[in-house]
Amino acid sequence: MNDALSLNDALWVLLLGSLLGLELIGKVPPTLHTPLMSGANAISGITVLAALTLIIKAGSSGNGGLMALGAVSLGFALFNVIGGFLVTDRMLAMFSRKPARQKEKR
Amino acid sequence: MTAAVVIKYAIELVAVLLLALGIKGLSKVRSARAANQIAAVALALAVLGVLINFLSTSGIDSSAWLWIIGGTVVGGLLGAITSQRVPMTAMPETVALFNGCGGMSSLLVALGVALDPLAGSDGEGTGALVAGISIVVSVFVGAITFSGSVVAMGKLQGWLDTPAWMQSKLRHVINIGLAAVSLVAAIALIASGGDQGLWLLVIGSSLLGIGVTLSIGGADMPVVISLLNSYSGVAAAAAGFVVGSQMLIVADAMVGAAGLILTQVMCNAMNRSLVNVLFGGALGASASAADQGEYQGITSCSAEECALTLETAQRVVFVPGYGLAVAQAQHILREVAELLEAQGIDVAYAIHPVAGRMPGHMNVLLAEADVPYEQLIEMETINPEFPRTDVVIVLGANDVVNPQARNDSSSPLYGMPVLNVEEATTVFVVKRGLSAGYAGIKNSLFERPNTSMVFGDAKKVLSGLAQELRELGVGKAKVG
Repeated sequence: MNDALSLNDALWVLLLGSLLGLELIGKVPPTLHTPLMSGANAISGITVLAALTLIIKAGSSGNGGLMALGAVSLGFALFNVIGGFLVTDRMLAMFSRKPARQKEKR
Repeated sequence: MTAAVVIKYAIELVAVLLLALGIKGLSKVRSARAANQIAAVALALAVLGVLINFLSTSGIDSSAWLWIIGGTVVGGLLGAITSQRVPMTAMPETVALFNGCGGMSSLLVALGVALDPLAGSDGEGTGALVAGISIVVSVFVGAITFSGSVVAMGKLQGWLDTPAWMQSKLRHVINIGLAAVSLVAAIALIASGGDQGLWLLVIGSSLLGIGVTLSIGGADMPVVISLLNSYSGVAAAAAGFVVGSQMLIVADAMVGAAGLILTQVMCNAMNRSLVNVLFGGALGASASAADQGEYQGITSCSAEECALTLETAQRVVFVPGYGLAVAQAQHILREVAELLEAQGIDVAYAIHPVAGRMPGHMNVLLAEADVPYEQLIEMETINPEFPRTDVVIVLGANDVVNPQARNDSSSPLYGMPVLNVEEATTVFVVKRGLSAGYAGIKNSLFERPNTSMVFGDAKKVLSGLAQELRELGVGKAKVG
């Protein structure tokens, strides 16, 4: 996807990304562990990009079988992404709904 | 640099920034929902970036568009339907399923590139060796993630049990054998690039995923799912190396790190090391005979007696567990709590860090029933308050209230932080029977003189309790 990506660059990106992840997720209240796990899981479905790349490159070389394989991969990844984000939203909606309901009561 | 390349870089940068903000925001209750949406937007942007990049360079073949749309519609629709249909109690299984599919996606991408090297890798930037290693990691970890997640889901759903031979030492031999096969296949694949090595690696690592997960007891499944969540990040980051995408590497390095931290948190909460969870097998098998003996001196009572005790209480603490969620009794629990509150009784919920089946799972389930957030009190905060509590009602929880975790150094639970409910004046344990909890061991709490068992399904007991309370006139002042 990125022609100039060298191994060195890629490893730096990997290292910095990992450190960022550790730093970002260091402090989370237990309440949010389940939604966080679910949300992080949805983000890991970003392999969508890899599947897309595979399909498009297979498309320009006219490789039908590989495109089909890529499409299956894309399907799996999107199942993860769409399902993951929606289910996380469903969980979090329950947390955010409550303060409003309580105000109504009082 | 053409304008399109600049746009692509700009989009990717914004997407990475939004992803980081999203993950950060997910760690605060107030911002979590918006953060989740921000992360979703970031992903959409990343997809847009890839499409723009290709449209401006090689173009996208119309047949490729067809496959893209096909995969998107099928995967997206199924994901959307699944996300709306699953009950909140099945959340751990659902995360496992989604996670497994992510792993499968990485596996398939690496497979495709391995079968046809021209398709994905750019060849120039990263050498053949690196490409080979990336493919191996992506296939290996992706396959383990998929098969392991499916097994984890099956176990949580109760479809799968741990077979007896999986409890024996034999499983280590088998797993080591499978790991060796995978290693040989991986070396063959990197060295010669032959298809046999590839397929052997796929089969070997898939079986390894099953072999490693199958021997782990149901109680430890959340840890496994969390670890597999981290693995799927690793698999996808490797896929990022395979297709040469910085975006993928950054995002999945973050997810992998997040999964590891969360796994560690869960292990701490259960006082088990990760190594022990992964290789120790199911807990129940190692429990000593003393832990599994018959219960003696059990007292049981009816919902009516329970209601009479509650009526005179000043402070009541509920300890909800997974049994409550299975019985779908969260809503009726809130009703009982509201009756007591209307009577001026102080009500709180004690939430063990691993209540439910994942950390935070119980909070989600109680939030679904509109239980006020402030009444959910974490273990460290509520433990010193039990001596001042009149009545504790344990609902479908077991191992997290087992005093042996503090008193009995021979117990497998020993050292796990638990809720000290036995320090309260009276403890009611609502439970269907005297069966062991997830850890498969006896609970000495049930034999305490101040403990009464209320046998029955949590929902039925609570409905009975609500009715008895109303008959006693509890909560009449403001409710009903």
